[in-house]
Amino acid sequence: MIEGMNQKKGTTIKSILASIRQFKITIRGRQFKPADYGFLVIFAVLILVGALFTDMFFTRINIANVLRQIIANGLVSLGMLMVILTGGVDLTVGSYVALGGVLFAGLTDSIGIVPALILAVSAGGLFGVVNGVLVAHFKLQAFIATLATMGILRGIVFLYTETPISPEHDAFRELGAGGIGLVSFGLIIMVTLFVLGWFFLNRMSTGRAVLAIGGNKEAVRLAGINVKLTVILAYVMSGFLSSLSGAILVSRLGIAQPSVGMAYELDAIAACVIGGAVMGGGGGGVPGAFLGVLTIGLISNLMNLLGIQTFFQDIIRGLVIILAVLARSGKN
Amino acid sequence: MSLAEFLEMKGISKSYNGTRALRKVDFSAQRGEVHAIIGENGAGKSTLVKILSGAVNADEGRIFISGAESRINNPIDSQKLGIRAVNQHFSLVPHLTVTENILIGNLQKSNAKFCINWTKSHEVARNVLDRIGFADLDVKLKISDLSASQKQMVEIAKAVSVSPNILIMDEPSAVLSQKELDRLFRVIRQLKSENVLILYISHRLDEIFQIADRVTVLKDGCLVGIVNTTETSKPALIKMMVGRTIDEIFPDRVSSFNNKVMIVRGLSRDKIFKDITFSISKGEILGFYGLVGSGRTEMARCIFGADRLTDGEVLINEKPIELSTPRKALNEGISMLTEDRSFDGLVMFLSIKDNISLAAMKKFSRFGVLNKRLQNSSVKSMINKFRIKPDNPSRQLKELSGGNQQKVVFAKWLTLETPIIILDEPTRGVDVATKHEIYNIIRALADSGTAILLISSELPEVIGLSDRVIVLREGRITGEFKRQEASEEKLLACAAGVVNEGEVSK
Repeated sequence: MIEGMNQKKGTTIKSILASIRQFKITIRGRQFKPADYGFLVIFAVLILVGALFTDMFFTRINIANVLRQIIANGLVSLGMLMVILTGGVDLTVGSYVALGGVLFAGLTDSIGIVPALILAVSAGGLFGVVNGVLVAHFKLQAFIATLATMGILRGIVFLYTETPISPEHDAFRELGAGGIGLVSFGLIIMVTLFVLGWFFLNRMSTGRAVLAIGGNKEAVRLAGINVKLTVILAYVMSGFLSSLSGAILVSRLGIAQPSVGMAYELDAIAACVIGGAVMGGGGGGVPGAFLGVLTIGLISNLMNLLGIQTFFQDIIRGLVIILAVLARSGKN
Repeated sequence: MSLAEFLEMKGISKSYNGTRALRKVDFSAQRGEVHAIIGENGAGKSTLVKILSGAVNADEGRIFISGAESRINNPIDSQKLGIRAVNQHFSLVPHLTVTENILIGNLQKSNAKFCINWTKSHEVARNVLDRIGFADLDVKLKISDLSASQKQMVEIAKAVSVSPNILIMDEPSAVLSQKELDRLFRVIRQLKSENVLILYISHRLDEIFQIADRVTVLKDGCLVGIVNTTETSKPALIKMMVGRTIDEIFPDRVSSFNNKVMIVRGLSRDKIFKDITFSISKGEILGFYGLVGSGRTEMARCIFGADRLTDGEVLINEKPIELSTPRKALNEGISMLTEDRSFDGLVMFLSIKDNISLAAMKKFSRFGVLNKRLQNSSVKSMINKFRIKPDNPSRQLKELSGGNQQKVVFAKWLTLETPIIILDEPTRGVDVATKHEIYNIIRALADSGTAILLISSELPEVIGLSDRVIVLREGRITGEFKRQEASEEKLLACAAGVVNEGEVSK
């Protein structure tokens, strides 16, 4: 009979893989596919490697380091996630980081820390409107629109300052470097915003709309939801979060380079995708993105501890992305 | 008999996500015959031919061609066996030319072997078109510049270009005019004389009597019977397909309507429809019938604000309303179930709950924050009311059968409880049992006072459900019939323009 038909050479492995992917557990009416959490295995392996092959990994200093280093990518990734969920992508994030960084550093001495921070972050959010309008109203492809504005904004940052800015203000470094024990102020901000992001996506009507738009924009429009405004909002959140990320980053480093944040979009996209976000829309969430950020952070940290050269780090990071996505691809 | 058959399919079964599409179906056909496969939506016609064309794999069953067992795991296996399909949904590449689409993967090479000989390729494509009587089509045109019926020709030419043994045509007439249909029949007769087996799927029974030699009838995934067209009749086939007579499905409904809720005046949009005027009362089901391209859907989308009007007005409770976005229409109390649920009705990766509450999010939230308890109880009651399976609200939409997906779309719009609802092809692609459930839902909705604009391409459905039917042809109203006066013949005649004036009765 036909049962025999499907078991040709090669298809057996595929069908085993498929059945692993289809395996479901139901807990209190909710379905979980363990395969969706395949990246948790990668995560566990990373920690195991850290524990077995390095002396430094579980030290206080290293943990504090990791927790500081993930903040920049964390905030950028959260914004990127919002945009990816709507079916877009935001390549401008690296330029936002620079914008937020140089404005925060450049204005701190003249107008004070808090006003400078507010201004820097608002500038990013405002520029996000440009991306949002280009994509939602003028129907440019997100990739093209944000590729263009990435360059424009980077240029504007260099117009503002060609040289690094290092403010005199005593408290300038507090935001990124200060904190309570292992927990920096930046980390508190990041975790708070991740919680808010989760609340937005799961408990607010606009958040559900963001998610739905990535799956079927026309259905959402016909349901009487303002799709344009919602998409613009996603890009604004990305601009806001990335420039905040830049402000915290330069505060930690104590100096704002106009070239800071180059290629940050790649780590952010990677974190979202490792965490289960689907490019082009159609799924993803805040907890996943958070674990994605941690995974990327751990990979860099571990490989630095192990003394692996940077180009080799890139190879491994690439492999992890492919593995994480493959583990999940049965979903599609 | 069975020894002589060219194609034999034995004991074919297939399920999608636990829904049985085919149950132990035996099918056979000979070379040089036109063999029609009929049945209601969801009867399993498409699934059967998809198994043959390798688009889907059967769960069970065996296929024999010329007496030899054949394995069809994918479209390549199928094509190697000389099977070609003209699909219901076009499989053409829109930005390439007619030539490239016909000869896809098979373009003529130049002598040097590494580049394409365009002159020769165009010539071959032209020959193929000529062979099936469509020589007047310019092979250098891009597919995206062609009309739906021209695309259909290209689709057929593509299938015929490789001289298949078996040609599958899945609803080939859906987009064709009468003249084009005649041409299509000429092509089919030509291929038949070349000893090709043609499997012809259609739900238009008239066509089947014109072109088919034998008919296989499927119902709910099971084989009902195989009959010679010369030895059967239309009512007999309907009886086989439906398993009951029309009266049993649509009980009569007597009511009078005098409470006009919506008046539509002089609605026009460019060249698509012109000067549409009608009114609908509380609790009335107003049917709209017309062939593809008659402008029914386009008109409805304009009333819902999904597309823009060029002229005309819509009055609700005698006040003109602004129709610029669906959001405004919803605020005015008009909702619309669109014809293609996967295109613009549902978000497949989201849950049943998210989809049902998509249009009513405002209703469930305060200051933008969702009230989970309110949302859950509303969704739960909708799931129970429509008997949606599975009844777990967190299941993803893509895991549901077509019928249950359609119920979710209904639940989404009925959550809003708008006084006016437009239903565009409400039973498309659902199984027969669900269809009857949906009819009951529509009836109950009208009984509760909702004004319903029902667009349907299925004559029994539009006649059986509606209190009044308006017929559109080429964007204009060509007839209006009360329930008692409407018949399939009259509606078709109006829709196809056989008579100039329908019996307009108010």
